[in-house]
This record gives sequence, structure tokens and C-alpha cells, in this order.
Amino acid sequence: MAILDSKVPQGVPLKDKWTTYKDKIDLVNPANKRLIDVIVVGTGLAGGSAAATLAELGYNVKAFAYQDSPRRAHSIAAQGGINAAKNYQGDGDSAYRLFYDTVKGGDYRSREANVYRLAEVSANIIDQCVAQGVPFARDYGGLLDNRSFGGVLVSRTFYAKGQTGQQLLLGAYSAMNRQIARGKIEMFNRHEMLDVVIVDGKARGIIARNLVTGEIERHSAHAVVIGSGGYGNVYFLSTNAMGSNATAAWKIHKKGAYFANPCYTQIHPTCIPRSGDYQSKLTLMSESLRNDGRIWVPKNMDDVMAIREGRKKPTELTEDERDYYLERRYPAFGNLVPRDVASRAAKERCDAGYGVNATGEAVYLDFKSAIQRYGKEQAKLQGIDNPSAAKIIELGEAIVEAKYGNLFQMYEKIVDENPYKTPMMIYPATHYTMGGIWVDYNLMTTIPGCYAIGEANFSDHGANRLGASALMQGLADGYFVLPYTIGNYLSNDIRTGKISTETKEFDAAEKAVTERLDFFINNKGNHSVDYYHKKLGKIMWEKCGMSRNEAGLKDAMKEIKALREDFWKNVTVPGASNEMNPELEKAGRVADFLELGELFAKDALERNESCGGHFREESVELDGLQKGEAKRNDKDYAYVAAWEYKGEPAEAVLHKEELEFKDIELKQRSYK
Amino acid sequence: MNLTLKIWRQKSSADKGQMIEYKVSEISEHMSFLEMMDVLNEQLIAEGDEPVAFDHDCREGICGMCSMYINGEAHGPDRGVTTCQLHMRMFKDGDTITIEPFRAKAFPVIKDLVVDRTAFDRIQHAGGYISVNTSGNTQDANAIPIAKEAADEAMDAATCIGCGACVATCKNASAMLFVGAKVSQYALLPQGQVEAADRVMAMVNQMDLEGFGNCTNTGACEIECPKGISLENIARMNREYLKASLKG
Repeated sequence: MAILDSKVPQGVPLKDKWTTYKDKIDLVNPANKRLIDVIVVGTGLAGGSAAATLAELGYNVKAFAYQDSPRRAHSIAAQGGINAAKNYQGDGDSAYRLFYDTVKGGDYRSREANVYRLAEVSANIIDQCVAQGVPFARDYGGLLDNRSFGGVLVSRTFYAKGQTGQQLLLGAYSAMNRQIARGKIEMFNRHEMLDVVIVDGKARGIIARNLVTGEIERHSAHAVVIGSGGYGNVYFLSTNAMGSNATAAWKIHKKGAYFANPCYTQIHPTCIPRSGDYQSKLTLMSESLRNDGRIWVPKNMDDVMAIREGRKKPTELTEDERDYYLERRYPAFGNLVPRDVASRAAKERCDAGYGVNATGEAVYLDFKSAIQRYGKEQAKLQGIDNPSAAKIIELGEAIVEAKYGNLFQMYEKIVDENPYKTPMMIYPATHYTMGGIWVDYNLMTTIPGCYAIGEANFSDHGANRLGASALMQGLADGYFVLPYTIGNYLSNDIRTGKISTETKEFDAAEKAVTERLDFFINNKGNHSVDYYHKKLGKIMWEKCGMSRNEAGLKDAMKEIKALREDFWKNVTVPGASNEMNPELEKAGRVADFLELGELFAKDALERNESCGGHFREESVELDGLQKGEAKRNDKDYAYVAAWEYKGEPAEAVLHKEELEFKDIELKQRSYK
Repeated sequence: MNLTLKIWRQKSSADKGQMIEYKVSEISEHMSFLEMMDVLNEQLIAEGDEPVAFDHDCREGICGMCSMYINGEAHGPDRGVTTCQLHMRMFKDGDTITIEPFRAKAFPVIKDLVVDRTAFDRIQHAGGYISVNTSGNTQDANAIPIAKEAADEAMDAATCIGCGACVATCKNASAMLFVGAKVSQYALLPQGQVEAADRVMAMVNQMDLEGFGNCTNTGACEIECPKGISLENIARMNREYLKASLKG
């Protein structure tokens, strides 16, 4: 088994690694940067910020997005906020503390040096975004406001209403626009990367399809950066955008980039439940709701049935008839346990038959107690003696509205119920994938000259991501890390000259892409692409979802392989390849998910421990206070599992990067 | 519920296009409008027809990709929502629903309900940014306090999702609500002041070049805007433009 070289600078203390490294890195002089081309695939927070910064530095950037504008990348949907160790609140925050929280939150499965660097550059991100005109929330003194997030002990989350991702993305988009106007970024909207081209062992270009004309295009560059996001849509239903896909990441994997920890997925507890088989996607509501909402299901099965059949309303149940199961199981953290714990607990109750909607997959999130508490507090503040019950509710609802109004409105639009008057229904949904392309300290994959940034790589969140850290990582990689590290590689390319696209490598890659597209169009099978995607999603959700076991994972591998074989025989794609054809786009993406899903199950099977979002039923505490809770196994599994492609997902070869924690003591997480 | 759909079908930008009628049945009131379109498309694929092309992505009302002119209204009959957040409970059994693309000279149809909105991007290229490089040593984020009211107002303007409903709704196909929102965001913040005059001149100039019409203050854009962008932004842009013109 080969040892992966993480290229983490050695012999320097953790906190000095990045600074020392930057000081010694090879640079490319400004005149030579003009001779170098870089391709960036994806224009979300990672890709967009990288494209803008590389262009500012002087490189010629070609940026690709499948959407009609870079501004529509799915980073735009992030609600809650972005973490940064600014310590504006004076509550003891520091780069070290942010680093510590991130490593612990990731259940000690991330790379220490990368995480420290992330924490270190986090403060720069806020400065940069404010300079760009990002309208973060401010207090009455005109200074930036912070909120607390995801059970950490400090207030370090910066936010722009419930639309932080949107504002940060529009910031990166504006920086891109400035470079597009100068011709330093050539923007390819409605283009999808369908393969990477390797020349003499180095990534030297891509094959892309123009989604408007269907034309297959060759694009060359001295380096290729993949910032195409995560693979949550392998579950069919997720909080990802409909077009979010793993194709760019999977293509580079098949050409030599190792795929790390595919089984690490975050299933977010507060999403709006599925309402029927036609469901196309799931909507997340910020986890900040758990600050004031109490989660429960009925204690008695009779009540569950009565509610499902519409004979009873949840508001008619007395306190004694409700099971506040998070408060019962985790008295110390209650409703504020981390995302993975809250999600599993909801599944446990629903599996036991206590789900409160027609599908049996929903629990209540109830604001009644908060409305009462805030109402009484307001009455006192406003000097109202003996307020009536109605007055208390009115005052309390006003506070809840001020805090969560936009989320309540969104819920009401989708579900058609008033969450001020009746408890919300929620259920977990796939949200984020911590696994991704393996990268070294430079964010380079195992293909020289091919980089992966943002959610597409694996490096910073370990087995579980903390709230408000995805935006931080995307922008850290794109604005402050990659633009330095890529120079070290490109400094060897100043005499290379333009890369030709008229070579046998481009010929071969284009031919393979074209053949695959032609196959889909000519196959004339009897099932649509969505038919297969939904089936894959069901296997993934049931057997590779919130809790996993050996038998289920083995079944999943077999079932996915069989489904894949059926797909290649019986899929149908209408229309032609030389025109706009959304079904053809989906076919290629689902074909890749059908391979990735099997590797995902294989990775989950190999990792016989519970860590973060990966819960193996075989690896639980057997007794004591933690009985039944996840049990991590540091002795055998403190490594990154990086998989090498060998033709079939089941035959992928495992390479291990052992994780060392020199600055942090490994502890079992406890929320009891 | 059972519905009749009259949908604009157009093979490509070169094709003339026409309305075609389809029937869908057993539509649940809990479906989103786009999920109803998914049902139609699955039905068309099963029958060997080509599905209807339409733009969509996040399906949670924030990316601005979905469009559609439904029964004569951008994003359909509900208020404060994009098409992806419109639900079938807004319709009744037996309804006939007319679905067309966003129409404007500056938004040519690409296929069926998909239009080209890159004119919006080109307006942003002209000046929708603050000229600051990424360096890691910009001044501290709290060095310039910004009044909460100004920050909140800038945020309200910045909420625009760039969907183009304002243009599709306006009888003149004017883009002034869209451009006004971007100009306002920067005009309200100290960071945007240095380039304010150049920005508004360049963006308005590009808007005119793209073939968008003028504003005649009917206010329809504000009503149909899924994000509630206020007409005040147009007034602010006009003030900024006048100020910049006088400066010369």
C-alpha cells in the first residue's frame, strides 16, 4: 500500500507552518503569469473566488459553469453564516480555538495542518468580503454582528440575514465580473466539463459540452482546478440544487485522482419532510431553529395514528403525552446536540413507528414553549401587569417572527400550515459531503496540475462539518490558499508555452466523450434517467444513510452494480446530442453517481467504526452512560481512506493517509 | 387534480415556436409547480416525445434560475415567490394553465421556456463591483463602522436574485429595477463611493446597449419581484445617474 504524501511542511510548529511555507514558495513573475492559462470548473464560493483571484494575479483564467451565470452556483443557498476567528465579541476566540472546534467537530478525521491554515486565514475572509461590499449584519454601533452556531462556545458567525451564502457568492461574482470585463477571465456559462485531459502525466485541459448547442469543445491550460461541489445528489433527494453533480470530480478520479472518504456525508436534521413520490428535492431550514424549537413525537402509538389520520391535532396533546426525545436522551445538550446526533435520533423514533405525517417520516419542532417564554419576558419588559394568555402569545410570536420570520414564511409556503399555531414538521435530509477528492497541503490531487477546492475536496471537515464552516472553507481555498500554492507548481511552466489541443490525448478524450453521448441518444431503452436516479437514491438512503451495517452495505454494493448494469441496457434519452438536451445532461451525471454510490458503500463497509456522520451499527458503546452511542476507533481507523480507481468501483484500491494529532488530544464526543 | 397545460414549444432560437396543449392528471396540491412539470416531462418521455426544456436549479427560491410566465404573470399567481416555490394549491381541478417563457428583446428564447439572460451579466461586467484585489491585508472589517440602517437597506437591495421577472413583467421590458438594486447596494455603502459615478454611468449605458426599455413608473416590476425589491432603488439610481452626469 503506497503511502500518500500530504506534503505538510515538517519541522515547523503547527501555527507557523503556513507562514513559513508561503515565504519559501516559488513565485511566478507578473510577466510570466500572462503566459499561463488556468481552467476553473465551477463558480461557487470556491471556484468563483479562485477564478477571480487567479485572474487578479495575472493568469489567464477560463471558468466553467453549467448554470446560465456564475451567480447561480449552489453556494447561493447557504443560509446561516460564515465562521471567522475575529474575536470581535471578546469572548476568547482565536485561530487555535476555531481550529480545535473544527477538528473536534469533525470527530478527529481531518488533517490538522489544513484545518489550522483554514482557521488562520478565516479572519482575512471577512475583511475581504467587507471590502467588496458584502452587506453583513451590523449592530446599532455600526460594527459587525455575530451569532453563535452549532454548539460551540463562542460567537464567531458572521451573517447577512438568512442569505449569507447568496451575499458571499455575489461578492465573489462581482470580483469575477471585474476580471471578465478586463478579459482576464473568459467565462463559459452553460458548459459542462465531461473529462479531464492528461498529457505526459499532467492535467492539461478538459473536454466540455456547450449545453446550448451541444457542441463538444477542447480547452487547454497549464493547470485544472475542480471546484464543482459535493455529491449529495447521489441520494436523489437532498438539499443540493437539481443540477449539482459529481461528474467533474468523478472524471478526474477515473483519470488518477484518489477519492477520499466517500462515506462521510452530513445528513441535516432540520429539513422539510417529503410529501410524496413526486418530490424532487428537499428544503433545508437553518439549524438556528433548534435554539428555540423543541423536538418531539407522541409517547403513545394511539396518538400517532390519530394524528396521521387527522382525528387529532398535535396541539391537543398534553405535555405528558409528548416525548421530547432529545431532551430525554441528551439532558446536557438537549435540542442542541450536533447535526449527526439529532438526525439519528429522529430516524430512531420514526423507525420505531412514531413518525407524525402520512409517510411516517417526520417529527415535530415546536415553538410553543419559546413563544410563552418570550411573551412573558416581553410583558415584563413592557411593564404589562397580569397579561392575558392571548397577549403573551402575541408578544411571544412577535419575537419569534423577528428571529425566524423568513424561515417560518418559507415553511408556510411549502407546507401550507402556520408554524406559529401548530408545530413544524421536520425530517433529516442529505446536505453536505465531507468526503471528496484527496488533496495534499497544496490542494493538489494525485494528478499533477489538477487541484480540488471547496466541497469537492476532502480535507478540512473530517467526518462531520460544523455549521457555518462550508462557506469559510470555500472562500479560504479560493481566495487565500490555492492562489499561493498553485504558483509553486506553475513556476515550472513559464517556458512551456501554449498547450495545443490538437494532440492525440485531446483526440482520445473527445472521442470517448462523444461515444458516450451517442450511446445515450441511440440506446432507446424503456426507462427514463430519473427512474434510475430515484432507485439509486432509495438504495443509498436505506442502506448508506444515517445508520449503516455490514449486511446492508454489502447488499447496497450488489444492488447498485445491478442497477448500473440495467441502466446501461435500458436507459432512454430523448432528443439529440447537438442541441440543448437536459435529459442527456442528467444521463451522464446519473451514470457517474451509479459508480460513485458503489464506492461510497465500499468505503462505508471498510470503515468499521462510527465517526461523525458515519454511524456503523456494529460500533457502539456497549455500556455505561454512553450506551448505544457512536464509538470511534482511533487505534484502527485514524486515517484518510483514499481510493484509487481500477476499472470497477468494487475493485478500487485503498491507500491510507495516517492522521497524526500533535496539537490536540483525541477525545470521545459526549452530549449526555 | 386534472389540468390542461398550454405550453410554448420552440425547438431552438431559429425556430418560430408555438403553443401546444397537454393534459396532466392526478396532480397533488402539495406539489411545487416544477414538480408538476417533472410529471409532465416523465409522461412525455414515456410517450416518446421530447420533454419541455425549462431553467431551474436550487428549487428553493434563491438561485434565480427558474423563470416562466404563468397565466400572464412572471413566476405565476402567488406573491413573493419564484416559480420553484409556487405550489399547485394555487390552482384548481380542471384549470387551464398557460406557460410561456419570459419575453423581452434582450432575453431571446434558447429553447421552449429557456431564455438567455446573459444581458444581465454584461451589465454587471460594466460596473457591478468594487475594485479591490484579494490580498489578505485589506483593512480590518470593523475599521469603517456602517450605520445599521444603511447596511440593512444595502442588504435589501442586494437580495435581488437576478431572475429577470421585472423585465418580463414590464411593458417596456425595462431592467431598471435590477440595475437600480445593484447601484443602490454600493451607493449605500462607504466602500462603493469612490467609483460611484463611473459605476452608474457604465451600468446604465450597458443596460441601454442591451436593448432594455425605459421605466415609465407603472410599478409592475415591484409587485412581481419574488424578493420584494423596492421601486426606491430605481429612484436612487436616477439620482445617482443625475449626480454623475452633472459631474461630467
